[in-house]
Amino acid sequence: MSKQRVVVVGGGLAGLACTMKLCELGIPVDLISLVPVKRSHSVCAQGGINSCNDLTRQAGDSEWKHFDDTVYGGDFLQHQPPVKEMCFWAPRVIDLMDRLGVTFNRTLEGNIDRRRFGGTLYKRTAFAGATTGQQLLYALDEQVRRWESDGRVAKYEYWDFLGPVVDEGGVCRGAVAQNLASMEIRAFPADAVVIASGGPGLIFGRSTMSMMCNGSAASRCYQAGASYGNAEFIQVHPTAIPGADKLRLMSESARGEGGRVWVPRTPQDPRAPRQIPEAERYYFLEARYPKYGNLVPRDIATREIFDICVNEGLSVEADRLCVYLDLTHIPKTELDRKLGGILDIYRKFQGVEPSEVPMKIFPAVHYSMGGLWAAYDRSADGGLIPGSPLNHQTSIPNLYAIGECDYHYHGANRLGANSLLSCIFSGLFVAPGIHSRLGSLSGGTASDQNQSLYAAAVQYHREQHSALLQRPANGDNPYQIHRELGDVMTKAATVVRRNDQLATAYEQVCSLRVRAQQCGLSDSGNWTNQNVVFTKALLDMFPLAQAIVRGALQRDECRGAHFKPDFSFPGIAASEPMERRREAEAWCDRFEANNARWLKSTIATYGGEHPRLSYEDVDTSLIPPRPRLYGLVGAEIIEQVWNERQQLGGRERKMAQPAAVTS
Amino acid sequence: MITDAYGSTIQSFRVRVLRQDCPGASPYWQSFDVEYESDMNVISVLQRIAAKPRTRDGRETTPIAWDCGCLEEVCGACTMVINGRVRQSCSALVDKLLAEHPQEIVLEPMSKFPVVRDLMVDRGRVFRALQKVKAWVPVDGYFDLGPGPRQSRAQQEVAYPLSECMSCGCCLEACPQYTKVEVPRATNETDESYQQRLHGTYDQSFIGAHAISQAMLFNAHPVGRWNAGERLEALTAPGGVQVCGNAQNCVAVCPKNIPLTTSIAQAGRAVTLHKLRQLFGW
Repeated sequence: MSKQRVVVVGGGLAGLACTMKLCELGIPVDLISLVPVKRSHSVCAQGGINSCNDLTRQAGDSEWKHFDDTVYGGDFLQHQPPVKEMCFWAPRVIDLMDRLGVTFNRTLEGNIDRRRFGGTLYKRTAFAGATTGQQLLYALDEQVRRWESDGRVAKYEYWDFLGPVVDEGGVCRGAVAQNLASMEIRAFPADAVVIASGGPGLIFGRSTMSMMCNGSAASRCYQAGASYGNAEFIQVHPTAIPGADKLRLMSESARGEGGRVWVPRTPQDPRAPRQIPEAERYYFLEARYPKYGNLVPRDIATREIFDICVNEGLSVEADRLCVYLDLTHIPKTELDRKLGGILDIYRKFQGVEPSEVPMKIFPAVHYSMGGLWAAYDRSADGGLIPGSPLNHQTSIPNLYAIGECDYHYHGANRLGANSLLSCIFSGLFVAPGIHSRLGSLSGGTASDQNQSLYAAAVQYHREQHSALLQRPANGDNPYQIHRELGDVMTKAATVVRRNDQLATAYEQVCSLRVRAQQCGLSDSGNWTNQNVVFTKALLDMFPLAQAIVRGALQRDECRGAHFKPDFSFPGIAASEPMERRREAEAWCDRFEANNARWLKSTIATYGGEHPRLSYEDVDTSLIPPRPRLYGLVGAEIIEQVWNERQQLGGRERKMAQPAAVTS
Repeated sequence: MITDAYGSTIQSFRVRVLRQDCPGASPYWQSFDVEYESDMNVISVLQRIAAKPRTRDGRETTPIAWDCGCLEEVCGACTMVINGRVRQSCSALVDKLLAEHPQEIVLEPMSKFPVVRDLMVDRGRVFRALQKVKAWVPVDGYFDLGPGPRQSRAQQEVAYPLSECMSCGCCLEACPQYTKVEVPRATNETDESYQQRLHGTYDQSFIGAHAISQAMLFNAHPVGRWNAGERLEALTAPGGVQVCGNAQNCVAVCPKNIPLTTSIAQAGRAVTLHKLRQLFGW
């Protein structure tokens, strides 16, 4: 029997962490990536990575509180055991990255410095300037290069994953991929395939994501039968720099370091921003959320910025929506030391000095909380069982999903500086489970399979490829269709969602899909044909776009990033104490009824023309769901009523804990 | 907003691209008219051409192949030669380019790497050099072994700029000593034997400023310095730091302002000391 191998698809933080850990466990890896792994999208992460640490601990923090903040910030939509495991691992993940040589900013005594991020009151976030993702990625890239030198890793960079190889029994036995230069299509037999392909930002046209974040790898697994969870939960980052080709991220760390968001109280005040006196500025986040100020969770900051521009007409500019993000009160030396990288981006792309002039920013699509459905194996103490082959396995046996492309950890809204953590954690954690799976394969190893399985898979993809090349050139241009798809998705399925718009958008996505299937290629060559590669990715955007829009359409509630004003709960209007109490009781009744109906993950399975949606219970056995009351009018009375109910109902609730979800 | 010589806003501008269909083929020029929009960069220019691939003289053509990723100048992918200067195309803003050179924007692939197609080049040699100098911290493993070594703020502030290197290759394109190495694949050669031959050739050629700087980064790391000798050996091997001719072009073109010449000077001294130590058995 030849040596067992694992295929990892994607070389960002998750894929590289998984690869190096597999290597350490003695398992050879074929690492497939659209780009040289050092150029993966993780480089764009700026602000930092969270963990409870020695300092926050002495201020009352704990791993449990990190867990609680994550779950509360995510509006309770995530299964809690994986989140708990991640938060308890977080300090060790940062220790490891520190040992690997990440150039974290230091305190005067030589400890790792920390900053505050959104959705928490503790300074949990370790950072390396404002290029933390880049620095973390490079450390993992270096370790994988070390294994590559030892021959344990074979990199296939500039290769496009075309799909898993699934046998008759529905078990994954490898992958098929295509060389982007020679266009060669070949099979990679493997005993496990790990998808670590990141987010699907390109579905929205322009976003903060990189150009390879097209969601195609996840979509190809979905079309091969893997379930997809919570597709409709898309994070729109509050602060990005609008651009013609891309919406460039302006990290939350700008606010973590004291940046303030404001608009002039006079609409489109023509004065230069620094000429506008304090009294004539509206620091709307600080005014509306006195406790968290500029560091409310992202979904809330995004909606407020959107609201101030769209509904209140207070955008800084008339023909382009934007607000000020102001750092000019912070000394330039401190800005350069802690935020140098992101301020450089602003200077380079806007030609304006952000330490002297407030930046102009607006929200942009940033992250997918949803992704491929993945199992987990719950331990007795509510975490995960280390080394279980179920952890992070998709609904196709031996096919795993980690990082942004799985649906765990972030629920309905991700907290800042938790994504780097979830990517590295899931990469490290999945490897021992794969190791155990390799020792207990049913139906033999990849090398025991009938070779016709692989030949047939390659043949199928070759035919698909040739059919595309032979399309008549006079059809619609795929880049044009992509632009239209992006416009439809951005308009209907981002910050504010309305059912009539979503229904129209769904129809539009369906008809664009039909047009895309008939699009024409302007390049029919067979060498570095980016035209055909893009077209394949475009075609695979539609099943996910449909799942996003359909999921959003069906979910008649507000939860985290999914905001439907027609289903929002107004705060408490009454002033008379008895009436206030009655309203708060009604509010809590409504909250409970809504949770009974909607505290569920949307699970999409591929149904050809349309997705099939079902709903899965969420494991909330560790922290009972509670209202997310950031900034709501009457929050105190609602909280009071809610707490009284919990004390009364605590015993019954304990008896009704849902069972863990495992495959 | 860009205006023409008569002060009116321009409608379109000309882009001239050096194209090549595949390795070994002859390069040729093509010109395109691109409609002007505000806030364009070279990426959006290439995107507009891809959406409507027609040359100035009205001939249908193929979209131009090029490499890009983050579009924020942190991934290094979209490096090319723009109006004669090597840089990332994402941060090359059309307004600025036209202000400097109103006639046209000229795009060429990097000349020090084999062309794959059009503006795409094969920079595998850049990553091979990082293997050669062992640019990593040789940790015991990935189990929990407690925190890393404490480091002073001063150490971090020296290391951080070096670790921002995105392996884009600008320093190599500008370097007179870094010359193109192209290893055509022989017919019937297996993947393994080709790669072995390719790496063998790369390893004899100059590693370039970026790799020297990375060696210095890890030689300064509190744990990485324990195998500093191995990195210095790599720096004295053929293609090592001795090849540098001190033209100092590298530091001038580095988009991240990495102090490459400081690293090279440091490497030169360290290598001399290392050799003397070996000679006298210090």
